Order: sequence, then structure tokens, then C-alpha cells
Amino acid sequence: MLLLVSPVTGIAHLLEHPFFRYALLAGTGIALASGLVGSFVVRRGQVFTGDALSHVAFTGALAALAFGIDLRVGLYGACIVFALLMAFLGQRARADDTVIGSVFAWVLGLGALFLSIYTTSRSGTGGLTGNAGVSVLFGSLFGLSADQAVAAAAVSAAVVIALVAIARPLLFASIDEAVASARGVPVRLLGYAFFILLGITAGEATQAVGALLLLGLLAAPGGAAQRITPRPFVALWLSGGIAVVSVWAGLALAYAVPNVPPSFGILAVATGCYVVAVGASALRVARRRRTHQVGTASAASTARMGIETT
Amino acid sequence: MGTDGMTGHLTGGLQWNLGNDTRQLFAYHFMVNAFRAGTVVAVVAGAVGWFMVLRRQSFVGHTLAVVSFPGAAGAIWLGLSATLGFFVGSLAAAVVIALVPRSGSGSPSSEESAVIGTVQAFALACGVLFVSLYGGFLDSLTGLLFGTFLGVSDRQVVTLALVGVAMLVVLGCIGRPLFFATVDADVAAARRVPVRVLSVVFLLVLGCTAAEVSQITGALLVFALLVMPAAAAQQLTARPIWSLAATMVIGLVVTWLALAVAYFSIYPVGFYVTTFGFAAYLLAAGFRWVANRSGSRRRLPVMGVAAA
Repeated sequence: MLLLVSPVTGIAHLLEHPFFRYALLAGTGIALASGLVGSFVVRRGQVFTGDALSHVAFTGALAALAFGIDLRVGLYGACIVFALLMAFLGQRARADDTVIGSVFAWVLGLGALFLSIYTTSRSGTGGLTGNAGVSVLFGSLFGLSADQAVAAAAVSAAVVIALVAIARPLLFASIDEAVASARGVPVRLLGYAFFILLGITAGEATQAVGALLLLGLLAAPGGAAQRITPRPFVALWLSGGIAVVSVWAGLALAYAVPNVPPSFGILAVATGCYVVAVGASALRVARRRRTHQVGTASAASTARMGIETT
Repeated sequence: MGTDGMTGHLTGGLQWNLGNDTRQLFAYHFMVNAFRAGTVVAVVAGAVGWFMVLRRQSFVGHTLAVVSFPGAAGAIWLGLSATLGFFVGSLAAAVVIALVPRSGSGSPSSEESAVIGTVQAFALACGVLFVSLYGGFLDSLTGLLFGTFLGVSDRQVVTLALVGVAMLVVLGCIGRPLFFATVDADVAAARRVPVRVLSVVFLLVLGCTAAEVSQITGALLVFALLVMPAAAAQQLTARPIWSLAATMVIGLVVTWLALAVAYFSIYPVGFYVTTFGFAAYLLAAGFRWVANRSGSRRRLPVMGVAAA
């Protein structure tokens, strides 16, 4: 409530809490990386692959938990291996969504197995075990430690730098693969590099919004930006901006309203941005059509008048 | 998950005697119900999934399946029946996705898939919110996500059977024109087949089926029963009727086998369903590969590719 009454004191109050500072640090980095990568995911038509990755992230994390190693090892390992597999299948065997679907449905089944191994093997430790699976699925941005937050921000920064470095040729390859490869752009290599970045981002985003919701952080900002502007580079940065704003607003919402989990706040704001973008673009198309009709009608009438006067 | 884990200790264990083991399988009422429900679910999911794979709508199918979870979570939060929530969630998502125009018969455009992805993520976020508002039903949360194959009541079996028959009847009525519209949308439209109406009706059928199946397999594993048998069957034969029949047979075998194995094991049913399904798919793909290599004169056409 304080946030609404006086924003400045509200924000200052928010930042006094260490858990909120960590969430903001990690969340901002993860959002920027997901927004930029998501812009390419939408442009390359690979949203379904992102969907598949979200389930792989779950299985990877639970496998790590079940075997008692660091959760992040399993998370990143599974995401990157699966992303490379998708890149390989996509280029060799023209993997369609049936193949992707069959593979990730099975991977999810493995996730169910690891969840059961984990919960049965550690049933003595009480409520904590039940929460581990849930926090992998739905994220725990407010539960990050200082080390985790710094690590997440550092990884995000690396992803952003790498993506910006390859952004121009990758965009060329995404828009017209044939022409790009004819012009000597290493299309295949870029595809692999992009999938690795996507895998790392998926692992990152799982820690923020959870395996089930990372798709939203990839698809909603990218889709919204693409609806707002036809210019690809503007769309790229706009997508990153929308994702960051969604995370900030979502975190504030989750803090201000009790019982609202941060994941829901973030996704609600991102979806809201998308709905607004769709509405705006529909309005623009309708208006353009109307002015176009008026324009052609008046041009025709002036032409007719011109004929009549001569 | 808890019920699944218990059954292994509850029984006498596997005796490697087919007669005894089968008798043991059906000794408990919950197991009989699980087989009944599994049979209904496998047949309906197979038939609907066959069209889904043919229409290349796996992403939509997965989204409708997953979206039944927030529906059920919301229903539980409001104190309504979870069954109602499953159906409302999936059907609402089907309507939203149907409102987005589909560009031709090919793969969904990037904008469309962004819409589907956003719908899915937002719906799941609502599910998280409902869980949080309700306040800690962690056990049933895992049930909603990964299924409670072994806790199916008599009433649920009847409901499942009724909805399943209804779905099959609808699918039987629209099957021929839907197949036509899927294989060649332009020619079908020229022949006055209502392509758009058919695709909306199919989305609703897909939503209902996803809701139905997710009560048994959980919202996350529905997709396995929808996609895997159909994907395997379409590798085996290009003739529509045969591959449709093969889909149902594969679905049934996978489900029955998974239930039977899960009964004697401590691991969840969902794991066995997906693993056997994936094995069936790999076997079918391998069979196809071998058949293509040995009899190179007559290559087996793939249904999906032939249709595209």
C-alpha cells in the first residue's frame, strides 16, 4: 500500500530488505537476458522449443536434487544438452513439433521419476522436500541468497554480451536464412550458438520464475515487441525493456499484495504488456485501413473532378 | 505421488507367474478402476491425438493440457469440484486460442506461437496464484501436475466414459471433413468444407480431451498420451484408417503395461506411461528406418509429410 501512496518512500522502504535487493538484482539480469533471447525465439518461430526447454529444466533440476548434487549443475547441464540436441535434430533431421513433443513428454516423465526418488529418499527432512519440486516448477525469486543473486546476474550479463555480439548476423540468418548463408554468414554455427544461449537463459529463468513459467518470459516480451514495431533491432531492445519492466512491476506487486507470488506478478505484467501491444497493433491496422480507404476515395474523386474540369 | 509410492509395499510383490500376477493386479478395486479409466483415456486421447499430430498442433495440445492445472487449482480454491475446473480451464484456453486466426495449413506463424506461449504461461501463473491463495495443498498439487492414476473413484470412471463417448461421437461426425481440411485446406475450402468452423470445433474437442485425460495423468503428462501413440503409428503406415487404429492399440498397450508395471514398482505411473510411449515411438521410427533401407524400391511415406 505504501508503494501506491508515496512511491519514493515506498521504493526506499522496499530496498531496505536484503531479500528484495537480491531479487531485484537477479531478476533484472535474468529479465534482460530472457527478453533479448526471447525476441529471437519468437522471430525464429522456436517458441515450442522454449516450451520443451522449460520441462527439461524441471527434469534437470530434480535429477540433480535426486542424486544430491548442486541443483544448478543439473539445471544448466540438462538445458544446454537438450538445446544442442534440438539444434542438431533441427538441422539434420528436420525435427518437427511431433518429434520435439515426443522427446520432451518423455523427459517430463523422467522428471516425475526423479521427483519421486527425491521425495521418497529424503522423506525424513519434513516440509522442505515437498517445497523443492514446487520451487523448481514455480520459481523462488524472493528466496535467493546473495551469492546466488550475484551468480545469476553475472551469468545473465555474459548471455547478454554474447547475444549482442552475434545479434547482427543472427538477425540476418533469422530473417532470411538462404540469403544469409549465400552471403557467407555461418548460419549453422550461429544456430548452435543461439541454442546454447537459449539453454543457459532457460536455466537462469527457471530460478527466477520457475520451469513452468519461463516460457512466458521468453514469448510474451518478444511477441509484444514484434507487434509494436516492425524494426528488428528496436524490437530486440524493446523486448528486453518489457521483460525488465515486467520483473520490476511484478516484484513490487508481489511485495505489496500479500499472497501474490512473484512469479504470478511478473507473468501478469508481461501478459498485460502483450495484450496492450496486440490491441494497439489491431487499432493501428484498422485506422490505417480506414485512412487508406478515405485516401484512395478522395484521390479518385479529385481525379474525376480533374477529368470533368478539362 | 504418495499413493503411487505405497502400492509397491502394499502388494505381495511380483511373482513372475502370469496367472497369479494378473489376479493380484485386479484384486483391489482401485486397480480395476485405474484400468477402466486408463482404457477410456487411452482410446480417446489416441483418436484426438492422431488428428492433433496430423494437424501439427502439438504446441496447442500441450498448452490446453497444461492449462487444465490452473482450472483445477482455481476450482479447489473456490471450493468447487476439480473435475469442473479441469474442463473450464482447458475449454477457456481453447476458445482464446481459437480467436487467434490460423495462417493457412502450415506450421503456426511466429506471432501465433507467441500467443499460445503467452496464454500457457499466464494460465500457469494463475495456477500458482490459486495455489498460493488456497495456502498449501502441496500433496494434491503434485497430484494435479503428475496425476493420481491409482485414486480414481467409480463416479469419475462414469464421467470419463460419458465424456469420452461424447468426444468420439463428435470426432466421428467431423472426422472425414476434418481430415480433408487438414490434408488440403485450400481444396477443402474450395469444395465448401467449413475449414474454420472445423478447426474451432477440433480445438474444443482437444480441450475437452486434455481436461479429461489430465484428471488421470495429471496436467503435465497428458501430452504424452496425446502425442506419442499417434507419432509412433504415423511412422508405421501412411493409410489413415490403419494408423488411426494403430494409434489406439499402441495407446492401450502403453497404458495397460504402465499401470501393471507401476503396480509392482515404487515409481510413479507417469514415468512408465511416458517411457513406454517413447519406446513405442523409437521402435516405430526404427522399424521405418529398417524398412526404408531394406526395401528401397518402395519407401514408406510418412503421413504428416504426405499431408503437408
